[in-house]
Amino acid sequence: MTHAMHDSDGARPKGSMFVEDAHTRRRNRAEARFRLYGLAAVTISLVVLAVMLITIFSDGVSSFRQASVTFDVTLEEEALDPEETRERSDLMRVTTIGYGNLLGRQLNAYLERRGLTVEGVSDRDVAALISRDAPAQLRDMVLADPSLIGETISFKVLAQGRIDGYLKGRVTRDSALRDVNISPEQLELADLMREAGVLTVGFNWGFFTLPDASDQRPEAAGLGVALIGSAYMMLLVLVMCLPLGVAASIYLEEFAPRNRWTDLIEVNISNLAAVPSIVYGILGLAVFINFMALPLSSPLVGALVLTLMTLPTVIIATRAAIRAVPPSIRDAALGVGASKIQTVFHHVLPQAAPGILTGTILGLANALGETAPLLLIGMVAFVDNYPASPLEGGFLDPATALPVQVYGWASRADAAFIERSAGAIIVLLAFLFAMNIIAIILRRRFERRW
Amino acid sequence: MYDTQVTERAVDSKKIKFQCRNVQVYYGSTHAIKDVNVDIEDKTVTAFIGPSGCGKSTFLRCLNRMNDTIDSCRVEGDINLDGKNIYDHDVDPVQLRAKVGMVFQKPNPFPKSIYDNVAYGPKIHGMARNKAELDEIVEKSLRRAALWDEVKDRLDTPGTGLSGGQQQRLCIARAVATAPEVLLMDEPCSALDPIATAQVEELIDELKQRYSVVIVTHSMQQAARVSQRTAFFHLGDLVEFDDTDTIFTNPHDPRTESYISGRIG
Repeated sequence: MTHAMHDSDGARPKGSMFVEDAHTRRRNRAEARFRLYGLAAVTISLVVLAVMLITIFSDGVSSFRQASVTFDVTLEEEALDPEETRERSDLMRVTTIGYGNLLGRQLNAYLERRGLTVEGVSDRDVAALISRDAPAQLRDMVLADPSLIGETISFKVLAQGRIDGYLKGRVTRDSALRDVNISPEQLELADLMREAGVLTVGFNWGFFTLPDASDQRPEAAGLGVALIGSAYMMLLVLVMCLPLGVAASIYLEEFAPRNRWTDLIEVNISNLAAVPSIVYGILGLAVFINFMALPLSSPLVGALVLTLMTLPTVIIATRAAIRAVPPSIRDAALGVGASKIQTVFHHVLPQAAPGILTGTILGLANALGETAPLLLIGMVAFVDNYPASPLEGGFLDPATALPVQVYGWASRADAAFIERSAGAIIVLLAFLFAMNIIAIILRRRFERRW
Repeated sequence: MYDTQVTERAVDSKKIKFQCRNVQVYYGSTHAIKDVNVDIEDKTVTAFIGPSGCGKSTFLRCLNRMNDTIDSCRVEGDINLDGKNIYDHDVDPVQLRAKVGMVFQKPNPFPKSIYDNVAYGPKIHGMARNKAELDEIVEKSLRRAALWDEVKDRLDTPGTGLSGGQQQRLCIARAVATAPEVLLMDEPCSALDPIATAQVEELIDELKQRYSVVIVTHSMQQAARVSQRTAFFHLGDLVEFDDTDTIFTNPHDPRTESYISGRIG
């Protein structure tokens, strides 16, 4: 308070419009300061976001590439079908151990033929260069087509995780000295194989199609089951959440009387939206699994839990969208003799559609990234088999989900799993990004109509 | 009296369309309309005038039961349309509103094409058996609303893209399309400029050939220009209801005189 402000009945002191007085200067400075704070806040969040994305991408992008070894394998009859019957029951008797021995022998022989040998690398060490998943892969191939027995085929198998890591720079000769799973000599052999074109790096399709793998074979671990599980759950959540949420919202907004009960429901919906998601997991465990005896780890139970979690969000978004439709449109429809239902379905819902869709998609995106409740209903389990198609009861088969797979891999010891974990995060982020884009496009498209 | 021109009009006794007896309206505990008795004649323009909050819009909305949508609103008394109480249990408000059309204060076309705006009412009431009949209804309604020539080449463009006056005439066409017997208009010109207002007023004059028109207005000049009968509401009471000429030249009640001479309201 300056002295000048108090004289002459508190009127504003006379001054020039071109010269800033002290008060104006202070006001302008405060404004500039506030703008700066805002800019700083935005900058900081952008930097943090960039750091996060850079970390994830630098860790995870390499999981989209995969080293593999290609070599000629002669499928020896005496090893794979000693009875020479080609009967499935006889072929089944040869286990992956038998196939593993065959592959080891054949790889040693092949490398010798190509002159790719390094002093101090035993036959066992050579056999260890390929993934432990390779025997099973070969066995499946032979069981599917027994006529291959006796032939020599060019066989492409995954390289062992350490070799994969070496080609991507994760494993070095220094780290190999301290590693029981790999030796510097093996890496030297890998270099030779690389030059000869036996060891190659290509796009990792298996990352999207293969199921999870055990601790010993990170190179074979993929998101196949998690992607199917997440897709099933999103489908079920959409199918359950959208009709329920929209119906509940229409009733509450357009039909329900305003009284104590509806107030209570309204408060509870808002509260439910704020309940920690793990609580829904406990609820799902108690109700869906223990009481209703639905199968553990199944996408159906996961979807039910996620629906409960997403429903309040969808209802709140839908009610806001319905409330935003101008009342004059309802008057207009009622005025020409439309019934309440006709008014809602012909006029209110079409206009609220962009808001409803955006809310639902953002709710779904939220559900897609949700981990905690799924841990409690057993979706963190190691699932090696793909769930069946929905028509064959696939919703009840065990499956995992993307965020749960991220969690599962991040807690494994091998650095190769950390790489895959970051890769899975990238996939998850890509899906979330795509869903948000769809929400924006839908909003634009529906809004342009009027 | 001022600039209101009251022309000589032959007001012969006509068929009574709405007969309202002892109508009371409550909003919760507020007594909004107190014991109103009004007879609204067919093929006549009846104007409701009065200061803001006097209940004229509320009363208008009772005539097609639009007040049903307000939870706290309660209507008592008899409102008879052609001798049948519209608040009887066997009266369906949806059927009623097709017979008693309404035009609102702010033009509120649906966010659809001009054609769909007009065709919506006939469609939901099953008035057209095929597209040709519907086309005919749309054209007839737009002609009655004096809008056909302006929009006939762009029936598929959004109704919301028209000018304010055109939008209001579109709303009138929409109301006319369901073949109503009564047309309620709640301050239909308050959001329009003078030229659009003149067009709508001209239209109202034509509409009275076919319909009984009830119009709520804040403009006394408008009431004098378009109506044959005028009701003056004040604080929920129907103070005076008479021929428009009488109300504006020789009001019986001192409150009416105060209002039309600008002392209250």
